[in-house]
Amino acid sequence: MTTATMNTDNAIAQATPQERVLIIGNGMATQRLLEQLVSRDERPQDIHVFGDESTPAYNRILLSSLLAGEVDEAAIRLHGCDWFETHNITLHCDRRIHAIDRATQQIIDDQDTRHGYDRLIIATGSRARLFDLPGAELRGIHGFRTTEDVAALMAAEDYTRRAVVIGGGLLGLEAAEGLRKRGLEVTVVHRAAHLMNRQLDARAAGLLAEALEQRGLTLRLGRCPVAYDSADGTHVAGVTLDDGEHLAAGLVVVAAGIVPNAELGFEAGLAGDRAIRVDDTLTTSDERIMALGECCEFERTTFGLVDPIWAQVEVLADRLCGGDRHYALTPSATRLKVSGIELYAFGALTPEPGDEVLQYLDADHGDYRRLILRNNRLVGAVLYGDTRDGPWYFRQSLDQNDLTPCRDTVLFGAMDAIQQLEEAA
Amino acid sequence: METKTTCPYCGVGCGVVAQHDPRRCDTLAGVSGDSTHPANEGRLCVKGSALAQTLGHEGRLMHPRIDGCDVSWETALSEVASRLAGIRKRHGGGAIAGYLSGQLLTEDYYIANKFFKGFVGTPHVDTNSRLCMASAVAGYKRALGADAVPCCYEDLEEAELVVLTGSNLAWNHPVLYQRLRAAKRRNPLMQIVVIDPRVTDTCELADLYLQIAPGSDIALFNGLLSYMADKGRLDRNFIQHHAEGFDEALAAAQQEVPDIEAVAERCGVDAERLETFYYWFATRLHVVTLYSQGINQSSSGTDRVNAIINCHLAGGSIGLPGAGPFSITGQPNAMGGREVGGLANQLAAHMDYHTPGALDRVTRFWTTPGLVPTLPDGPGHKALALIEAIERGEIQALWIMATNPLVSLPDANRVRAAIKRCPLVIVSDGVARNDTLEYADIVLPASGWAEKDGTVTNSERRISRQRGILPPPGEARHDWWILCEVARRMGFGEAFNYRGVHEIFDEHARLSGFENDPQATPENGYRLFDISGLAGLDRNAYDALAPIQWPVNAGAPHGTARLFNNARFMTPNGRARLIAVTSSPAIQQPSHEARLMLNTGRIRDQWHTMTRTARASRLMHHRSEPFIEVHPATARAAGVTDGQVARLHNALGEYFGRVRVTTAQRPGELFIPIHWNNQFAHQARASALIKAVCDPVSGQPESKQGRVAMSPITAQWEACLLLGRDAPAPLEESDWWARIPQVHCQRWQMAGETSFDWQAWCEHTLGQAPTLWSEDGRRGHFRAACLQGGRLRWWLAVAPAGTLNPMLGEIGWLDDCFAYETLESSQRRRLLAGRAASSEDAGSTVCSCHQVGQKSIERAIANGCNSVEALGERLACGTQCGSCIPELKKLIAAQAEHRDEPVEQVSV
Repeated sequence: MTTATMNTDNAIAQATPQERVLIIGNGMATQRLLEQLVSRDERPQDIHVFGDESTPAYNRILLSSLLAGEVDEAAIRLHGCDWFETHNITLHCDRRIHAIDRATQQIIDDQDTRHGYDRLIIATGSRARLFDLPGAELRGIHGFRTTEDVAALMAAEDYTRRAVVIGGGLLGLEAAEGLRKRGLEVTVVHRAAHLMNRQLDARAAGLLAEALEQRGLTLRLGRCPVAYDSADGTHVAGVTLDDGEHLAAGLVVVAAGIVPNAELGFEAGLAGDRAIRVDDTLTTSDERIMALGECCEFERTTFGLVDPIWAQVEVLADRLCGGDRHYALTPSATRLKVSGIELYAFGALTPEPGDEVLQYLDADHGDYRRLILRNNRLVGAVLYGDTRDGPWYFRQSLDQNDLTPCRDTVLFGAMDAIQQLEEAA
Repeated sequence: METKTTCPYCGVGCGVVAQHDPRRCDTLAGVSGDSTHPANEGRLCVKGSALAQTLGHEGRLMHPRIDGCDVSWETALSEVASRLAGIRKRHGGGAIAGYLSGQLLTEDYYIANKFFKGFVGTPHVDTNSRLCMASAVAGYKRALGADAVPCCYEDLEEAELVVLTGSNLAWNHPVLYQRLRAAKRRNPLMQIVVIDPRVTDTCELADLYLQIAPGSDIALFNGLLSYMADKGRLDRNFIQHHAEGFDEALAAAQQEVPDIEAVAERCGVDAERLETFYYWFATRLHVVTLYSQGINQSSSGTDRVNAIINCHLAGGSIGLPGAGPFSITGQPNAMGGREVGGLANQLAAHMDYHTPGALDRVTRFWTTPGLVPTLPDGPGHKALALIEAIERGEIQALWIMATNPLVSLPDANRVRAAIKRCPLVIVSDGVARNDTLEYADIVLPASGWAEKDGTVTNSERRISRQRGILPPPGEARHDWWILCEVARRMGFGEAFNYRGVHEIFDEHARLSGFENDPQATPENGYRLFDISGLAGLDRNAYDALAPIQWPVNAGAPHGTARLFNNARFMTPNGRARLIAVTSSPAIQQPSHEARLMLNTGRIRDQWHTMTRTARASRLMHHRSEPFIEVHPATARAAGVTDGQVARLHNALGEYFGRVRVTTAQRPGELFIPIHWNNQFAHQARASALIKAVCDPVSGQPESKQGRVAMSPITAQWEACLLLGRDAPAPLEESDWWARIPQVHCQRWQMAGETSFDWQAWCEHTLGQAPTLWSEDGRRGHFRAACLQGGRLRWWLAVAPAGTLNPMLGEIGWLDDCFAYETLESSQRRRLLAGRAASSEDAGSTVCSCHQVGQKSIERAIANGCNSVEALGERLACGTQCGSCIPELKKLIAAQAEHRDEPVEQVSV
């Protein structure tokens, strides 16, 4: 049986310093990988990074802050060109890679220049999933993934007062809040019945919806867009929803999911379903090519949050320095911050029969937590408002600790619960 | 401003110094021990220390009430006078009864006695002292010829051997316990024997502890008398010259218990331990036997007292320093009541109806130019008989003063029915609500401690001033004033014309010395109670009166510490009497399912029916709820577990309390506190389970040998509800409840069988949906709190029955939260956690004075505080009143035991 997830553990998956390593994509994953590499003597000496944005990498998580005007572009930049120079890494900015020639171990950029590699790392990330709706080609419809998107969104206030954000997940809400803070009237359209349905239970989502509405966002839950329309034929003027409602908007932000940027790999014949398949050494179906982050899939899982990607970075950096670590899926907690509203969630979101649910709610203060216990062990949690105990809960879940001794207090925080656990020990 | 006065609780009669801010007339700034008072020399127990916290006008009775409506004093007094006069005219004075209290001051007591017996002409005046002192009085009278406590507190310190029997001194007379403790430390040769069916905190001081079977006291002391005779340890000279009845007493004793084995069998204790006790007693002259309710509250209480006194007379251990049979009274002025003659079988001033010449003498003394008293010619009904007389319709009017008989009298449910039938019930009290007031036709607001002005007498015959420092609240008046005003309106004004309380005391002092000749015999007018040396005090001298022990007369102008040092007793021939006594079984015997023996008593931090002590919330921490102490085996057999609420029941009534499983109880026996009542809990009156049967001599009820069955209650849930002060609790939906007053809120503990949707319950029953709540649905846990404008309104915790209390957080912290104008966000979730974030859980309170909790103490012990002193230094626990020291020692011992357990050897 040959599957990508099989532990290949052949020598080729461990790099040597003499190898020439090319990295396609200059996003956060690449940055973190490089940071890890430069701290180690065994690092490959000859590293080239190709990025298709004109600027060096930035912290994408802070795009909403950039949009909201809370920070400027310099503040979200990760490393400038001088950092690359200092660490003897060649950065190719504004250089889109067209193709991979696996036979010759070369990649071809948009100027048709070929770059040879001993080892290739694909870290092309993902892009916003746009809808193929009537009018999708109109101007004024944007994703929310890049500084360019942010620039476009910021420019919109010059010609419109109204925006529609499609997608009530983390990114959509961040964009919506950013635009609202810039003075726009924003409506969020979300297909599910409650916001952030991948991370939050209905009650937490309800609290979030209430808080956002109080701030001035308009919500349309359980709704899908069916068409964009235009007054002048070039620029978007509104969105029609599946219940027939028409929302006037000069700006539409689509933040309803991401699509892995896997085409480059697929076109080169790399295996994969939704993204480029990797094994536990992060090697693709070509042993000279590795993939990382949102563009890869591992055990049928794709990635969108930083925690698992950071874990991949650890493994890959180790491999590139001659090590032999393996990647494995681990439960991860979602720490989210929607414009000052703290959220923390992990594990099971819906209780199974036999699970026990512990809840706490302070509606006035927007403080909520819900724990799911299975055989007295924590299998899932949603914290809304005060999330300081989140990491402690997460550790209890990872360690599968029996929480029976602190059952009375576990809902109220780590301090009481730790004391009770210690007393019981 | 500081004023010296006297503590109003137990019979020790400690002097206290009241700190008073002259700008505040409702409360005192603080109370501390009076270092100059001979009873306590500055010491104070936890109850005394909390006196200032029991004051304040909230909950006080402010206005006279007739049939539930506030009226003026004029209306109230006229109504009382005319109704009493009407009943007297129609049915005779004997249709009127007074039920008084050891809480009254001597002056109040004197006026009440004079009013009822002298001028209403009824003999039916009894007092709640009947419930605690009557057997001691009767025993002294039989043996010594007078109700005269021979000893003083110093005797406890000077004794070689102190026998504590039927007395949990550590909890009920803490300051005496502290004195004894200090004396034992000074004199390591002193020995202490504790005799009690229960292991109490007093045992901590014992060199020898005898856990005797209830009701085996007479066998025990008869055995001692036999032993003394067997071993030739009698004081033959004393017996020959100063006593009588020895042979008969010894014969009775020998017949009952021929040898130590027989005693051991009867008492259920080891013969060797018994012999140790007997040897110690028989070989020592300076022996004090100190006894209290464990002896008195029995249908053979008087015989028990005499069994004890017999041994003292046989050994000559009386009338000497450090020797004597010493009855410790329960109430602050039980002695004062006895001195004025406030019991139904007494006339006045230590004279009984049958005392030759007494009726004539008292009549002459109380006669005024225009009035001649109409004294009844024989004793009246004692408390239990009084209730029966009410049931028969013979008593038409009952005036209750300063006591709560609907809680305290045995067979309380029957008492309720009787009082309800009584055509006129007048109640004078200081509090606005208690069980008895609910049955009153006329309610009269009386002054309370810190307001009342007069004297009290403690257990060592020491008369002390209790001083009026604060003005009574609202229209409350002193009891003597109320009585005099009624007397005036009934036409007796001439005999009740006093310009002040000092004039009453003067009259009382003069009566005690009236035709009282120490050279005469008791039959010719000599009475031991003589304070004629204190007659003629003017207001200033009265106010300046320093504590002094009676007799105080020409022969003893500075008082008398000890009686009978001349071995001249108050019997006609001057000899003390040994009384032939043998055990008699308790009247209350097992019947049907009611087979468990029920013992009742006080707890450390409460007083009587809690009308005062429950006002100081820190006194509610030691034992917060009514409880049932039970041996593990008995609990198992009854199917109850520790911490559960259980029900006791018999043909008379029922009692609900939280089970405390403890090996301190003997199997088959239970202990419950006497304090709780309808104001504080659902069905928690101990007296409801006690049959109205009594000692044939003293009339004292058999309160410590009830018979009950025990069963678990079927509650599914328990709840703790904290409510802001005024809100009423929704009790109709619970099957059991207890109220625990806090400083800023009321704590309600509830239990019930039918479960609710608690969120809906809050909204429906408390009127507001919770602002915050938490839920562990599967386990049946629910917590909620309601805030309005940032202010805490109520707090609720619900859990399955039996599991709630152990996990309740720090109620004290929650209580504080009720006082905050606004709760910080950081505190809100802590509300449901039930504890402050920053501090450790202190655990249940052990030291009430300094509010130190068990967990804090355990942590300190774990950190090396291995002695009471070290703990005191670290946490201050046990350094004030010291009454928690036994518990501290237990905690230290428990931890030492824990350490000594074999542990796995770990190599390092």
